[in-house]
Amino acid sequence: MKIIYDGSMGEKELRNIFRDTLIDLVEKDPTIVYLDADLMGCMGTGPWAKQHPDRAINCGIAEADMVGIACGMAAEGYRPIMHTFGPFASRRCYDQLFLSAGYAGNDVTVVGGDPGVCAALNGGTHMPFEDTALFRLIPGSTIVEVTDYAILESVMRQLPYLPGVKYIRVDRKKAKPVYEMGGEAPIGKGIVLREGADITIIASGIMVQEALEAAKVLEAEGIEATVVDMFTVKPLDTELVLQCAEKTGAMVVAENHNRIGGLCSAVADALVENGAKAAVEFVAVFERYGEVGTREYLQEACGLTAGDIVAKARKALARK
Amino acid sequence: MLEKKEIAQLKAFAAEIRMGILEQLRAKGVGHAGGSMSIADVLAVLYGKEMSYKVDDPNWADRDRVVCSKGHAGPALYATLALKGFFPYEQLLTLNQPKTMLPSHCDHSKTPGIDMTTGSLGQGVSLAVGSALACKLQGRSNRVFVFVGDGECNEGQVWEAAMFAAAHGLDNMTWLLDNNKKQLDGTVEEILDTGDLSEKFAAFGFNSVRIDGHDVEAIYDTIHDYDRACGKPQMIVLDTVKGKGVADIEAMPSNHSITVPYDDATRWMAELAEEVKALREEA
Repeated sequence: MKIIYDGSMGEKELRNIFRDTLIDLVEKDPTIVYLDADLMGCMGTGPWAKQHPDRAINCGIAEADMVGIACGMAAEGYRPIMHTFGPFASRRCYDQLFLSAGYAGNDVTVVGGDPGVCAALNGGTHMPFEDTALFRLIPGSTIVEVTDYAILESVMRQLPYLPGVKYIRVDRKKAKPVYEMGGEAPIGKGIVLREGADITIIASGIMVQEALEAAKVLEAEGIEATVVDMFTVKPLDTELVLQCAEKTGAMVVAENHNRIGGLCSAVADALVENGAKAAVEFVAVFERYGEVGTREYLQEACGLTAGDIVAKARKALARK
Repeated sequence: MLEKKEIAQLKAFAAEIRMGILEQLRAKGVGHAGGSMSIADVLAVLYGKEMSYKVDDPNWADRDRVVCSKGHAGPALYATLALKGFFPYEQLLTLNQPKTMLPSHCDHSKTPGIDMTTGSLGQGVSLAVGSALACKLQGRSNRVFVFVGDGECNEGQVWEAAMFAAAHGLDNMTWLLDNNKKQLDGTVEEILDTGDLSEKFAAFGFNSVRIDGHDVEAIYDTIHDYDRACGKPQMIVLDTVKGKGVADIEAMPSNHSITVPYDDATRWMAELAEEVKALREEA
């Protein structure tokens, strides 16, 4: 993956990449089928879906049923990709995902939109801070949190062909591109975006860009930070986590999700299980629900800004 | 229309299925008797006459599918599959033993001939809908049969799946609703009264009928003669008795899952064996 990050906002919306990649997948592979729960409009897939009723199925506002239908189709040889907003793609239909998909061995790809604070003006009812945690609990699952356009396209091309329950956590609006389009980001491998000997910032999703901004601030203070885009939350790139812990001895893990059960927990598990020594701090949501507001407001309110990463980095360095 | 001989054969098969259920429950001493016994007659019609399937190729792509959404009726399917030769009859003695291929609730990954993994009520109907939709899209002419419980209709997912099946004209589906009128804590009427389920499914867009769920002739005619040209999924509300076939079990107020004393089971099985013998002579 060629890194092109300069902090500027991209021109396209992530949903455009989702739609275009989906259409390409469907055209190339007769086993790919797309299901949605009345939110095609949010991903821009509606007009195309209407023209392809045999490959794009709107299940209505019935997420549990959508999961079951997708699983039934998987049992008949299809590779379903289903989408709805994150909370409805996880909490709302969890037993169906756990049993009809995971336990029953029906391989499906789930796309959870508007992760965490990206739900913005839809507010607390639509704001998932727990979805990654729930998917992590499904044996054999794979979880990806999308960083930008290139990661989205790359993982969409890989995940339908992996076994198990696969989850893509993705915003639908514009993103700040980190990578040049067209590269392949292998599932399960973190990407080192910059190298520094003093501290490691491991981030996913929208927190990757915040981590890169934080690294600039730290650099100005004479602190050299390694920044890792851990876009695959599960299976975690444990080897890279341990290497970073050994190299820098201090770490900040940043995610747009609850501190419990997501990337923070996964990294902590990896460190503890392997007896790694590092001063670790978390930048994540903790013991609170979502609320309504702009993404900028919510990042401030939830402590998910570059400034929060800098503050936690200083704390971790002090403990090193 | 079935010939008299065929009717007797299917009745005998149903009694053998009930013996097979008891074989499993006797071996373990406990199990889901009521809702297994109540669907034996439908299973006899499906596997004895109506369905296309291959014993030596359980995943044959063009087979008719059976999804037991009321997954706790696993023992009824296991008995049927064993009698048809999907696996050795002796396996029935391993129900719910560690590492068994026959867990309490149906599991596609463990049992040859089981098409879907079920057990959490309401989920199997959606799986069956997905299967039926897929079969249609793949241009198959097969049918998908799904067993659903009357108590199971408490689950909202059943109605989500029903809406979808009707809206998408899944005429390759037949829902077999085991209306045995009891759920775990009591009668359906007293726990959460579902009302007239045949009418409800008709209102949801099904071609819905109610028949005697123990009358193999009526079951066969209703399934076999279904005119898919109507473009609707079929609902057959089966008027059944929970525990059907063994008077002692039928008489139990609560018979969802029962302890099965060895001697009692042996006596019940002997009675059923007499019934089978008489029916075989008739056939």
